[in-house]
Amino acid sequence: MKFNSVGQIALVVAVCAYLLSVYFMASPVWMGFTINALIVAVIAQSWNITGGFGGMSSFGHAALYGTGAYASAILQVQYGVNPWLAFAIGIVAGAAMGGFIGALAFRYGLKGSYFALVTLAFAEVLRICASSFDITGGGSGLQLKLEPGIANLQFPDRTVVYTLLLVVVALVMLVTYMIKKSRFGAYLVAVRENEDAARALGIDTYKIKVQAMVISGAFGGLAGALYLQLWLFIDSTVVYGSAVSIEALIGPIIGGAGTVWGPLIGTLGLHLLGEGAKHLLPNAPGLNFVLYAIVLICAVRFLPRGLMGLAALIGTLKTRKDEDHA
Amino acid sequence: MLEVRNLSKSFGGLKAVSDVSLDVPEGSIVGLLGPNGAGKTTCFTMIAGFTQPDTGSVTFRGEDITGMPPHKICTRGMIRTFQIVQPFAGLTVQENIAVGAYLHHHDRREAMAIASQVGKRLGMGNMLDRPASSLTIAGRKRLELARALATGAKLLLLDEVMAGLIPSEITEIVGIIRQIREEGHTFLMIEHVMQAVMSLAETAYVLNQGKLIAQGTPRELVKDASVVEAYLGHGAAARLQDENHA
Repeated sequence: MKFNSVGQIALVVAVCAYLLSVYFMASPVWMGFTINALIVAVIAQSWNITGGFGGMSSFGHAALYGTGAYASAILQVQYGVNPWLAFAIGIVAGAAMGGFIGALAFRYGLKGSYFALVTLAFAEVLRICASSFDITGGGSGLQLKLEPGIANLQFPDRTVVYTLLLVVVALVMLVTYMIKKSRFGAYLVAVRENEDAARALGIDTYKIKVQAMVISGAFGGLAGALYLQLWLFIDSTVVYGSAVSIEALIGPIIGGAGTVWGPLIGTLGLHLLGEGAKHLLPNAPGLNFVLYAIVLICAVRFLPRGLMGLAALIGTLKTRKDEDHA
Repeated sequence: MLEVRNLSKSFGGLKAVSDVSLDVPEGSIVGLLGPNGAGKTTCFTMIAGFTQPDTGSVTFRGEDITGMPPHKICTRGMIRTFQIVQPFAGLTVQENIAVGAYLHHHDRREAMAIASQVGKRLGMGNMLDRPASSLTIAGRKRLELARALATGAKLLLLDEVMAGLIPSEITEIVGIIRQIREEGHTFLMIEHVMQAVMSLAETAYVLNQGKLIAQGTPRELVKDASVVEAYLGHGAAARLQDENHA
C-alpha cells in the first residue's frame, strides 16, 4: 500500500500499535471495547464502499447489518442450520438486501439526501417488521444457544475472538484495497465525481452503483453476523436501529471517506473518545452520541477529507517534480 | 459514419430542436454552429443518448442507435465531451484518462499505460501525476479530449472545446485536433470560435431556433445572409451589404 505522507504512515502505525498493544493490556476492558469497535469498523467499511468511494451516502446501513444478523439467527434458531453455513448465508442475505435497495433506489435515480432518506426508510421498515413477526422472535428478539466450540462458531476465549476479528478486518480492508485499485473502483469514483461524464465515457452507472451496494451489503451482512456470533442475542433495535446506521457513516467520515484505512481509524478514534467520556461522566449514558455529533460537525466543517486527509498534509512525500517543467 | 435524420425534441411548449438532419462522413471535421440557445447542445445530447428524441433517428456506422443509453453508444465508438468540463476531481490526470481507457482494457496496468500514452500525445506528459483539480481551463479541456480518446472512440462530439481559451491556447488545440484527425478520427464539433471552425471544419451546419438554416463550407456560410441574420439580427445582412457598397 502506498501512502502520500509521513503523517498518514504515522497514523496507520499508531493504529496498528494500539491494536497490538491490546494483547498486552492488563485490563480485559480494553479488549472487549476494541472487539466492539472492530465489528463497527466492518460496517463502517461497508458504508465506505458506497458512501466513500461511490458518493452514495446511506443513512440506513442498519438495513444491511440487521439483515445479515437476522438471516443467520433465524436459520440457526428456527431451522437448526449449521452456524458456519448460517453465517455465510447471513453475508449473502446482506448482499441481496444491498442489491435490492440499490436496484430500487437507483432505478428511480435517487441521489444525495433522497437516497439517504430512502435507505433510512428501508432500515426503519425492516426494524418494525423484525419486531412484529414470530419468525424473528418479535419484540423479544432471538437468542442463540450457548454452545462454545469452533463447530458452532462460538469462541469463549476473548483473545481468540479478538485475533479472528483482526483477521476479518484485515481481509475486508484488503478487499477494499483491491477494489480501489481495480477498474470497478475507478468507475465508482468516476460515478461519485461526475455521473454524466462517467456515462459519456462508457460506464453503465446504474450497474456500477448496484454492484457497489451488493459489495457493501456483503460487508454489512458480515458485520451483523459477526455481532450475532459474539453476543448470541439480537433484537430489532440492536441490529436494525438507527444507532447502527449512524456508527456506520460517522467512522468513515471522521477517518477519511474513500480511503482504505479511514473507516478503521475513524471508528477506533470515536470509540476511544466515547469510552473516555463514559468514564469521565459515568452518570450520563448516551453522552457518547452527543460527542459523536459534535465531532462529526467539526469534521464536516474542518476536515472534509477526514483524519487521513489531515495526515496527508503532514510531511508530503511525493515531490511535484513535474511542476518545475510546467 | 454518422447520419442524423429528422431529429426533433420539445421541452414543454418549446421546440428546442426541430427536424434536424446531418451527415458526418468518416475522417471529416464537421462543425455545428449557431447562436446561443439554438439547440446545438440538445442535438448533441440526443445523438449521444443522454436524452431521447421525440422523433427522428440516429445511425452510427450503419447501426440504428436512436435512444440507446450513452454507455452503449460509447462502447460502439462514439463519445461526447461536455461544454462545462468536469474532470474527476479526486483523481490524478493519468487516473482520469485511465477511466476512459478502462472501457476496453480491464487491467489497471494496461489502462494506466494507455492513459500515459494518450496524455503524452496531447502534450500532457508533465501533468500526469497532478490532481485533475489543479489544471487550468486549457488543461481541463485537453483532459476532456484525452479521456474521450482513451476510450478508443472513433467519432468525437466536441461541445465547445475552445470556449474560454486564449488565442495561443486555441492555436494549440486546433493543432491537436488536426493531429488526432490524421490518426483516423472523425469530429463533429459545436463551436463559437469562428477562427477555429474556419480553419478546421470542411463542412458546417448552422442551427437557429432549433432549425437548420444553412449548410456548406465555412467560407460559404459566413457570406450566407440567413446565417448573418441569425447571429446579428433581422436586416443585418442587408445593412452590411450597404456598408460594403458605400
